[in-house]
Amino acid sequence: MSKISKWFAVRAELASRKRTLLGIGSFLLPLLVWSIISYTPFIWHPKIQVEDPGGVDYFQVGMLVDKSVFQDEFTSMQAQKLALPRGEPANPIYLPAPHQVAKACYTAFTTAPEQKDLPWLHESLWHSIQVIFWGFVISSIVGVPLGILAGTYAALGRLSEPFVEFFRYLPAPAFGALAVAVLGIYDGPKIAIIVIGTFFQQVLIIANTTRKLDATIIEAALTLGTRRLQLLTRVVVPGIMPDLFRDLRILLGWAWTYLIVAELIGTSTGITWFITQQARYQHFDKVYAAIMIIGIIGFGTDLVLARLERHLFPWDRGLRRT
Amino acid sequence: MNREHNLPDYLQQSEVVRARFDSLKQREKILEVRHLGKRYTSTQGEVEALRDVSFSVHRREFVCVIGPSGCGKSTLIRILAGLENHNAGDVLLDGKPVAGPGYDRGMVFQGYSLFPWLTVKKNVMFGPEVNGRGRYEAERDALMWLDLVGLTKFADNYPHQLSGGMRQRVAIARALVNEPRILLMDEPFGALDAQTRVKMQTHLIDIWRNIDITMLFITHDLDEAIFLADRILVLKAHPGEVQELIEVPVPRPRTPAQFMSPEFRATKARLEELIHPAPLPETEEELAVKPHMIRFTNVADNVE
Repeated sequence: MSKISKWFAVRAELASRKRTLLGIGSFLLPLLVWSIISYTPFIWHPKIQVEDPGGVDYFQVGMLVDKSVFQDEFTSMQAQKLALPRGEPANPIYLPAPHQVAKACYTAFTTAPEQKDLPWLHESLWHSIQVIFWGFVISSIVGVPLGILAGTYAALGRLSEPFVEFFRYLPAPAFGALAVAVLGIYDGPKIAIIVIGTFFQQVLIIANTTRKLDATIIEAALTLGTRRLQLLTRVVVPGIMPDLFRDLRILLGWAWTYLIVAELIGTSTGITWFITQQARYQHFDKVYAAIMIIGIIGFGTDLVLARLERHLFPWDRGLRRT
Repeated sequence: MNREHNLPDYLQQSEVVRARFDSLKQREKILEVRHLGKRYTSTQGEVEALRDVSFSVHRREFVCVIGPSGCGKSTLIRILAGLENHNAGDVLLDGKPVAGPGYDRGMVFQGYSLFPWLTVKKNVMFGPEVNGRGRYEAERDALMWLDLVGLTKFADNYPHQLSGGMRQRVAIARALVNEPRILLMDEPFGALDAQTRVKMQTHLIDIWRNIDITMLFITHDLDEAIFLADRILVLKAHPGEVQELIEVPVPRPRTPAQFMSPEFRATKARLEELIHPAPLPETEEELAVKPHMIRFTNVADNVE
């Protein structure tokens, strides 16, 4: 096989070195596109950053103007034989370069808030994490057992699932105003939104996972003398554990997507407050930095949980391979 | 037909074999099935899976159930295990009707159905533990039975790390540790390769010979049935009914060398006669398949 066709073998497993390499590549590729747009002056760059206003009276150093405006002023200065303005092509303010965002990832933590009594970035982040955590925990405390029961006993499944199925189509943010009316303006309604967004999906997904448990395993347990309740605790629950864990990982990801909406309800708090605040001051590098920090936290937690999964369920890996 | 000539009658038994059957029939009946009937509604309407099935199994007898596909042999064993209900007749274990599954009837499934999250030892300990015996006792028994099936070395492995034959050994140990009255086996070696299967059959006979266990074994492999069984219950399909209960005239102890013995061949010929599948009528689509063979090779280039 030639070198290229080796990389593109249809449906073949990749060697672990190739996997790592391509995994890093999947992050480098978008970064590369971003860098090209940011650092090559002749690609895109629809603005001109003024370096010397010349004879244009309203131009200032560092000002961003549209290319066409700059061109107009340039020709009019030429015609009037006045000092010509000078400038460099630049991108709009809402697209900072990678190095600016990278720097902001650090400076966002070290810069004091604009007003004294406002939270620092790390305080905002911690607030967000707490909201997610409690929303997810409250949802799971009810959702996981209910899902398992609904998946195990057809009667309970039928009694709960049609309604849950209906309710999950109601967009969680639509309950915002109601949540504020009931739970006040602080963290209560935010946690409630995350619970509403997670819980109904959770019940359905876990009920489904429970149903996928091999029926002959349950039958085998029955012929060994297992009684009703034992069947649940000793067979169903341990049997679905790895899949349950994977479901929760996915659901936690969904909980993050509800966070931003949740934090806008009542008083704006947490990372969302930070983002809107920075956008107001046009600190877009910090906006990007904050968005990326959310990604890093979410992705990082998932990686840790995936690692943990391999430790907790050593029997499952071989199962998936065969 | 496959009918061989110059074979003895399969009903003809040597002195030893007859004496053995006589003493076997003196033993108490462990399992008694009387006029068992099972019907269920499927998408094709009402199906009669079993009709008026009656037989009994004596203590420490080895009975095989054989029949064409759709004869309800799996339904039968599932009813005996208590995993399915029946509509008519009785199933008696030690004279008492069975209600639901219980550890007095052990079961081994074709698909192993071991608990993948438990090690081999914990799999075997499962039965004693759910039946309220202490952890210590459960572990001691489990190790004993694992030793009996030869898997002591694999006690701490997970099922997925074992071969098919080894998994089935675990399943047998897991069922036997409960000391059931009867061991129900539903095509347990169907998924194994030929070599492993013969090994497992010999091993199973060895187990059966040494412990107080009665066997009901479902298979679709005629050789397997004759090799293992004292008696073979032959079912016919649509609806599942008893066709014949054959007493296997092959003397014990059994060895693979007996496969060619006249008694063995006579029994096999009879079984083939009974469950030789009627040729299915070909569908129109199948009739439309008419290969048109063209020679693509040199006329001198022959492979036959």
